[in-house]
Amino acid sequence: MKMKLIDAATVIRSKNCSPFELTMDIIIKDEADFQAIKDANAINKEVIAEAYGIPLDKVKKVIYFDVARAIKAVMDRPVASGAPGDTDVYGAQQHAPLLKLELEV
Amino acid sequence: MNIPQTEFKVLSPSGILGYGFPEESFNRGIEMQPDMIAIDAGSVDPGPYYLGSGKSFTNRDGVKRDLRYILKAAYNLDIPAVIGSAGGCGAKPHVDWCREIAEEIAEEDNLAFTMGVIYADVDKEIIKTAIKAGKTRPLGGLPELDDATVDKATNIVAQMGIGPIKNAFDQGCQVVLAGRAYDPTAFAAKPISLGFDPALALHMGKILECAAIAASPGSGCDCVMGILHDDYFELVPLNPIREFTKNSTAAHSLYEKSDPYLLPGPGGMLDLSEVKFEELPEGRIKVSGTKFIPEENPTVKLEGTEKVGCRTISIAGTRDPIMIRQIDSILETVKENTSSMLESEGVKGEIFFHVYGKNGVMADLEPEKMESLEVCVLIETLADSQNDADAICSIVRSTLLHYGYPGRIATAGNLAFPFSPSDISAGDVYKFSIYHLLEIDENDVFKTEIHEL
Repeated sequence: MKMKLIDAATVIRSKNCSPFELTMDIIIKDEADFQAIKDANAINKEVIAEAYGIPLDKVKKVIYFDVARAIKAVMDRPVASGAPGDTDVYGAQQHAPLLKLELEV
Repeated sequence: MNIPQTEFKVLSPSGILGYGFPEESFNRGIEMQPDMIAIDAGSVDPGPYYLGSGKSFTNRDGVKRDLRYILKAAYNLDIPAVIGSAGGCGAKPHVDWCREIAEEIAEEDNLAFTMGVIYADVDKEIIKTAIKAGKTRPLGGLPELDDATVDKATNIVAQMGIGPIKNAFDQGCQVVLAGRAYDPTAFAAKPISLGFDPALALHMGKILECAAIAASPGSGCDCVMGILHDDYFELVPLNPIREFTKNSTAAHSLYEKSDPYLLPGPGGMLDLSEVKFEELPEGRIKVSGTKFIPEENPTVKLEGTEKVGCRTISIAGTRDPIMIRQIDSILETVKENTSSMLESEGVKGEIFFHVYGKNGVMADLEPEKMESLEVCVLIETLADSQNDADAICSIVRSTLLHYGYPGRIATAGNLAFPFSPSDISAGDVYKFSIYHLLEIDENDVFKTEIHEL
């Protein structure tokens, strides 16, 4: 079954988790959807790498956090926060590719 | 203290000193008779400039307003107050800036107290000795630390753990202005010194340092109270529009973290994998089950920046579809032409184009193709001196304005400038160059001065 992430999530956001890494947080509205995504491992390193068009080794981890019905991904920043060539010092606007995700659950 | 205290109430007024809070929420907190007021003043979020330049990212008037509430209440209730990462980045210029504000308030409002000021700047020789002994480790994918990087850094700070703040209290301080500190320590040092569980105290501090962000609706500029007990802690919203829910509180441990279960800090790691949340009446929540895994060889995290040059920017837009269609090749050609012109004149620098409407926000991470009626071209130039950055920006701007790209029919000029002057000298540019762990006893790093106000 296909699930549109934007329909299932209440929060989809990005933020620095250090000056050199970005973290994406996805919080799912209801428990059944979260379990379905988790059981299918429908959000994984490959899915994140593909959504951003980056090499797989740039995605550091994907963690399921049950108590908050959340999924967290961590990736390397292309440019360190505030260094020459950076475009988003806080990293708070790097979430958009996740809004289009369709998951196989 | 001879009779062991059974609870310890910490008032957290705001997520960052200077971000403000409603007076009603603060007063509700004061009515509950807190045992301490603590606030975090710091963040690396606003980028490397503030640590590098020694300036605060918060406004002086805002900081003075918040600090006045805190110091007056601490004085009137005769309770301790702690400011963590004073001045924003917690290096000496930041701490002294905050100290001066505290001294002004004490003078203006006739407050008298003993104030501990803890500096978090790390001596470069200490770091170089540690490099030789193999006692530094990189974080965030940076290379190993070397002497040259240490020499080039402008300000290097370490995040203090609970030790230095505890020591300041032991020396009789009522108010502690701490330089760069691991965020929870401002909240946790005092109760830990009274014998409360370090794991719960640090976890409570981790939530309180963001004030009401973990509540629903969340806010970084509203007050909350944390009440630490023997084997759990409670969070109490101080504004009736907010409540702590299981979900809002649990979700907070995701925020800005690389792992929601394991939170590393000086001296060890908080383990949240078995934490339990229990919702209580009036929007309160009870939290228990936090564990602390101590580090075998204690470390502190170093943060350092180096200056990379000076920046000039120019903001312009274009509405021409013929130009927008080939914006990439136009900008590439302009960059090449101006670069060779500057090279022949011996001017060195870098040129960046941020194209809003195309990929100005995400750059290489942008997976979508542009479909814009208009785009904003932000020209950015970097050079060793402001003079050279200005010169490069000027030549790039004028070349782009009049460049005859293929198929051009609007021959009067390629750019719409919203402002005159079009170019802005943006000053010094820094980058984070040090983000490493240093294996050291924290008593050998942090220096405390005691002042009677």
